[in-house]
Amino acid sequence: MQSKDISTLKLDAKNVAFELPNNNSNQNFGDIVLQRCISHFRGLHASAYIESAGIQVINSAKVAEICGNKFYTSLALCKSGVPTPKTVMTFTPESALTTIESMGYPVVLKPLVGSWGRLVVALRDQEEANAFIELQSQIEGALNRIFYIQEMVKRPPRDIRCIVVGEKVVSSVYRIAKADDWKTNVARGGSTEPCPLSNELEDMVLKASKAVGGGVLGVDAMEGSDGLVIHEINSTVEFRGAQNSSTTDIAEEIVDYTINQILE
Amino acid sequence: MESKCNECNAQIIIPNDAVSGEIVTCPDCGLNLEVTKNTDGKVILKEAEKVGEDWGE
Repeated sequence: MQSKDISTLKLDAKNVAFELPNNNSNQNFGDIVLQRCISHFRGLHASAYIESAGIQVINSAKVAEICGNKFYTSLALCKSGVPTPKTVMTFTPESALTTIESMGYPVVLKPLVGSWGRLVVALRDQEEANAFIELQSQIEGALNRIFYIQEMVKRPPRDIRCIVVGEKVVSSVYRIAKADDWKTNVARGGSTEPCPLSNELEDMVLKASKAVGGGVLGVDAMEGSDGLVIHEINSTVEFRGAQNSSTTDIAEEIVDYTINQILE
Repeated sequence: MESKCNECNAQIIIPNDAVSGEIVTCPDCGLNLEVTKNTDGKVILKEAEKVGEDWGE
């Protein structure tokens, strides 16, 4: 942003205080806000407040809300006809275990909110299912009373991360899991390689982006035995791993997109 | 520029272009520290926030 001679103001979520009623007297959000808070809930609530002041936020609070909750994301994808893994949501350990038995092993248990592969666990048999469902039911927090259970897609030891900026896929990389891990998150030590952007992948990723409301998104896909599926969409997408394997300057694409939103 | 770790007093090299809010890690004890620059440009390090359950994308 500095190289483009744009006036910027950085807000630190740790230091802000959003007051209601909002009389706009002591806050300056500029012409547009690029929300990049690493905390999903802080960013979501800040976006909602800033939008209420009449300032556009990239990404919108609505997009952040959908992408930050795996079930809302799954709903949006299904509603738009985007292929996504079979997923079941239940509210009790008993119904979770019954669901898992009927789905058959293996399945994946994921927290409704969370990233970097944290608390994502593959359940390969009844013993593991019993143990991890009980474990999740013991973790504090209302969101942990919701069990998000997904089929385990047979795929190579990699998935695909596409960075979408507006209506353009600016980066497409494979995320390759470490040898001793099935999860591909770069935060867990996964590596990246360029992934060819086929027409099929591009169309599906752009459709998925539109399904959740669009913006600057990280769209994750898997090469299942029946074809590509989209399993997750990230709103405040991190792109260190993607940038390592991309020729495009992802940060510049995001900044240019944000500036163009002001001009439109 | 140089600073000291709050925990173990090890020397920490902070890049000259570091911005407020940036995280640096102590090479000795591994503590994550947040860079803060006050109005006269002096760098202060404070212990970074612990990773929250809703962090990351």
